[in-house]
Amino acid sequence: MSPLDIAGFSVLLLLGGALCAMLLSRFERMLVPAAFSLATLASLATATAGFLAVLQGTNHAATVAMGLPGLPFNLRLDPLAGFFLVVIGLLSTFVSLYSIGYLRAYLGKRPVTRLVVCYLLFLAGMSLVVLADDAYFFLLAWELMAASSYFLVMYEDEQAANRRAAFLYLLVAHVGAIAILLAFGIMAGLTTGGASFSNYTFDAMRAGALSPGWAAGAFFLAFFGFAAKAGVIPLHVWLPEAHPVAPSNVSALMSGIMLKTSIYGMMRVAFDLLHGFPWWWGGIVLCFGLVSAVMGVLYALMQHDLKRLLAYHSVENIGIILIGLGLSMIFTSFNFQSLAALALVASLYHTLNHALFKGLLFMGAGAVIHATHEKNMEEMGGLIHLLPWTSALFLVGCISIAGLPPFNGFVSEWLTFQALLLSPALPHPLLKLLVPLAASLLALTGALAAACFVKAFGVTFLGAWRGHRKKEQIGEVAFSMRLGMLLAALSCLALGVLPTLVMGWMDTVPLKLCGARIATSAGRFGWLWLTPYSHERASYSGPVVFFGLIAVVAATYLLLHVRRTAIRRAPLWDCGFERITPRMQYTATAFAMPIRRVFGFFFSIREQLELISPQNHPVMADSLHFRLRVRDRFWNWFYEPLSDIAFWIARRVGRLQQGRIQIYLLYSFVTLIVLLAFLG
Amino acid sequence: MTLHPMGIELLQLILLPLLAPAFVGWVKIVKCRMQGRTSPGLLQPYRDIRRLFIKDVVLADNASWIFRVTPYLAFGVILMTAGIIPLISVDLPLAATADIIALVMLFAIVRFFTALAGMDIGTAFGGMGSSREMMISSLAEPAMLMAIFTVSLASSSTSLTQMVSVMANGHFMIRPSLAFSLIAFILIALAETGRIPVDNPATHLELTMIHEAMILEYSGRYLALIEWAGMMKLMVFFSLGIAAFLPWGIAGSGDPLSLLLRGLFFVAKLAVGGVVMVLIETGLAKMRIFRLPEYLGSAFLLATLGMIAFFILE
Repeated sequence: MSPLDIAGFSVLLLLGGALCAMLLSRFERMLVPAAFSLATLASLATATAGFLAVLQGTNHAATVAMGLPGLPFNLRLDPLAGFFLVVIGLLSTFVSLYSIGYLRAYLGKRPVTRLVVCYLLFLAGMSLVVLADDAYFFLLAWELMAASSYFLVMYEDEQAANRRAAFLYLLVAHVGAIAILLAFGIMAGLTTGGASFSNYTFDAMRAGALSPGWAAGAFFLAFFGFAAKAGVIPLHVWLPEAHPVAPSNVSALMSGIMLKTSIYGMMRVAFDLLHGFPWWWGGIVLCFGLVSAVMGVLYALMQHDLKRLLAYHSVENIGIILIGLGLSMIFTSFNFQSLAALALVASLYHTLNHALFKGLLFMGAGAVIHATHEKNMEEMGGLIHLLPWTSALFLVGCISIAGLPPFNGFVSEWLTFQALLLSPALPHPLLKLLVPLAASLLALTGALAAACFVKAFGVTFLGAWRGHRKKEQIGEVAFSMRLGMLLAALSCLALGVLPTLVMGWMDTVPLKLCGARIATSAGRFGWLWLTPYSHERASYSGPVVFFGLIAVVAATYLLLHVRRTAIRRAPLWDCGFERITPRMQYTATAFAMPIRRVFGFFFSIREQLELISPQNHPVMADSLHFRLRVRDRFWNWFYEPLSDIAFWIARRVGRLQQGRIQIYLLYSFVTLIVLLAFLG
Repeated sequence: MTLHPMGIELLQLILLPLLAPAFVGWVKIVKCRMQGRTSPGLLQPYRDIRRLFIKDVVLADNASWIFRVTPYLAFGVILMTAGIIPLISVDLPLAATADIIALVMLFAIVRFFTALAGMDIGTAFGGMGSSREMMISSLAEPAMLMAIFTVSLASSSTSLTQMVSVMANGHFMIRPSLAFSLIAFILIALAETGRIPVDNPATHLELTMIHEAMILEYSGRYLALIEWAGMMKLMVFFSLGIAAFLPWGIAGSGDPLSLLLRGLFFVAKLAVGGVVMVLIETGLAKMRIFRLPEYLGSAFLLATLGMIAFFILE
C-alpha cells in the first residue's frame, strides 16, 4: 500500500464518517465517541501516510476521474505534502481524542451532530488541500476547509458576537481565496499560452515559465491570499475574533493546523510551482514575518481572555515561521543551497512545533474554561491546586511556546537564529546589515513571549482563586481530554529532546525544494549533538540538556534530603502585610503594564481613572474605578477606513435602487440599448 | 600526566559553586572599601548559605510544587552551565551541549521559573517583581543577541570553545567591534544579574525590589539554593565575558600544573572584573524602572555599532 493510498483511505474514512454522522443524529450519546474514535484512527492513518512519504522521499501521484468532465482531480504526495500530512495527522489525533471528553459537556444542551459532521469534513478538507495537485481541486478542498470551519466557528450561534466573528472570518477567507484563484489563473493562463485545459494542473505550472513580472504578480497574489488565511499582520483581525468563540477543540485545530495549510501553500507556490525568484520576494516575506512576530506577541500581552491571547500568539508564531521561509527564499535566490535548506528546515520544524504546542495550549484553555466556566483569566487563579494535570500539561505548552530548552519551541527558534546568523555569507551589503537586526527582533519576540506566558500561566494557575464560582465545584477534566493533552505534551518534549532524529527524517523535504540537505549531526554519537551547519559553527544537545538537568536537580535534591528537615506550613508573609485577599494579587493587566508603557505607541490605549468619594474628596475615596481599553491599531489604520469606504460606495450604489418597477425596466432598456450600440 | 577531559569537566563543575560565594564576598569587600565601610570578610557569603541551610523551611499555605521545584531548578541549571563555559580549559566533552545562544536560553528558563514562583503565592510584591523582571529581560534579550552576534562574527561561530580557540590562537589584532560589544555586554550583564543601576541586590525596600520581590517568600534551604544560584550566575556571567572577550589563558594542555596556573589566572581575571563592577556600581545610582528602556536601548545600539564596525573596518 503506497502512502498515497493510505492518505486517500483516511480521507474516505472521514468523508464516510461525516455521511454516517448525519444519519446517526438521533443517537448523539453514541455518536460522539464513535465519530471521534473514527477521526482518531483516520488521523493516525494520515500521519502514517505522511511519515512514510517523507521517509521514502519519492513522489506518488494519482488521478481520480471525478469532478467535471475533462477536469479530473489530480492527487500527489511528495515529501513536502507528506510533512504537512504529519502535522495535520499528529495534532488531529490528539485533538480527536480530546474531543471525546470535551463534547460530553454539550450533550443534552445543544445538538452536536452539526459539530461532528463539520469537524470530520474539516479534517478531510485539510488533508485534501495538501494532497491536491491541480488548481481546481486545490481550491475545492480549500473551500471545503473554509466552509466547514466557518460552521464550526458559528457553532454557538445564539450570540451576536459569535455570528459577527464568523462572518469576519468568512469575509477574510474569501478575499484571500479570490487572490489565490487569481494567482493560479496567472500561473495557468500565462505559462504556455493557456490554450488547453490541462494547464490547471500543478505539473503544467512546474514545467512552464513565467515572465518575471507575471511571476511576481502571481507570487504576491498567492502570498496575500495565503497570508489572509494564516493571519499575517495586517490581515490578522479575524483570528483573535474567531478563535475564542469556536469550541476549544476546533480552535486547537484551526490554530494548530489550518493556519499551516497556508504556509504549505506559500512553500508550494514559491519553491515548487514558481522556482527561481529574485531575493526581494524573500525579503518581503521576511519583513511581514517580523512585523507579525513582534506585533503579534505585543498584542497578545495585552489580552486577558485566555483564548484571545493564544490567538494572538498564533499570529506571532506564523511570523516566526515566515521569518524562516523568507530567509530560505533569500538564500535560494543567491544559490546558497545548504543555507536555504537550514532556513527551510527551521521554518518547517517550527510549523510542526507550533501545531503541537498551540494545539496543547488551546486544549488546555478549553479544559480550563470547561472546568471554571470562565474565559477571562482575571477571574481565575490558583487552578494548579484544583486542576493538577491540566496545569502541568499547560505549563509544558507554555515552556515550549516561550522557546525554552529542552522543549521543542526552543529547537526551532534556535535553528532560525542560526540561519539568521549565517547571513554574513550573503553578497548583498544591505542584507548583511539588516538580517542580523531581524535576529534581534526575533530575540525580542522570544523574550516577550516568555513574559506573556509567565503572565498567562501565573495569573490563571498560580496564586489564589479569584472567581465567583465556589472552589469546590471545580474539578479535573475527563480522562480522554487529559490523554489528548498528555500525548501532545509528550510530543513537544520528544521533538525538543531528539531533534536530530526528526531532522534526519525530514531531510528529504529540503532536498526536493532547495537541492540540499542539512548536516544534522556530527561525531561518534551523532544523534546526541545537533549541528545544523558544522560542528565548529554551533551545536546543541537536547538529550544532554534534558537528562543533565534531571540528574543535577535530582542530585541536589537528594543531597539536601540526607538530613530530614521539617517543612512548616504557614500563612504567607508578604512583608508583614495582613489580611491579604485574592483580589490583591497582581492581575494580568497590572502584569502587562510595564510593557504596555514601554511599547505604548503600538497600541491605541484609553485609560480612565475615576474616584468615587462621598464629598468629592480627593483623598477619602470610597471606591476607585479603573477602565482600560487597549485596541489593535490596525482596526483604526486599515479596517475602519476600509469599511467606511465600502459603506460609502454601497450608499452611492444604493441610490440605483428605487423600489419602483418602472425604474428597473428603464435600467434594463438602457442596458440593452448600450449593449446593442457597442456590440451590434 | 594529563587529566582526562571528563576530569576537567568535573573540576569546573566543582569549581563554580565553591568559588562563587568567595567571588561575591570579594565584590562586597571591595565595595565596602570604596564606600569607606568595614567589610564582613571574604567568607561571609559561605556563612550566610550555611545558616540558611540549617534553618527550617517555612512554606506559605498555598505554595504549589512550582514554588518548591524552582530553587532546585535554578541551582541545577546554573550549575550545568559550568560544564559548558570554558573556565580553565577548552577541552570539555560537554561544551558542545549548548552554544552561546542556547546558554542564554538556559538562563531564561531559570528566569521563567523564578518569575512563576514569584506569582505562585499570590502576593502583590511577587507579581510586581515577576512583571518587572520579565519586562527587563525582554528588553535585554535583543541587545544580548546583537552582542553575541558581533562577537561570533570574528570567529564565525557561536560555540564558546570555538570562539576561545580562534581568538586565543589567532594572531592578536585590535578589533573595534569587540570593544563596542564588550561595553554592550557589560551593560546587559548588569541588567541580567540584577546589579546597580538596574536592580539593587542589597535592597529590601518594597517598591524598588525586582529580583528580591520574586523570592520574598522563600526561606531555609530553598532560599539558600536561590541565593547560591544567584552568586553562581554572577560568576557565570563574568566567565562568559572572559571567554568571549578576554580568552587568553583559557586554552591549554591538561596537565595539573598548567591547569592550576590557568585556574589562578582565571581567578585573577575575575578579581579584576569584580573591581570594575564595583567601580560601576559605586559610581551610579539605581535607575528608575522606566529609564531602563533607554539604558538597554543604548546597549543595543552599541552592539549594533560593533556589528557595523566589523563589516566596515575588519
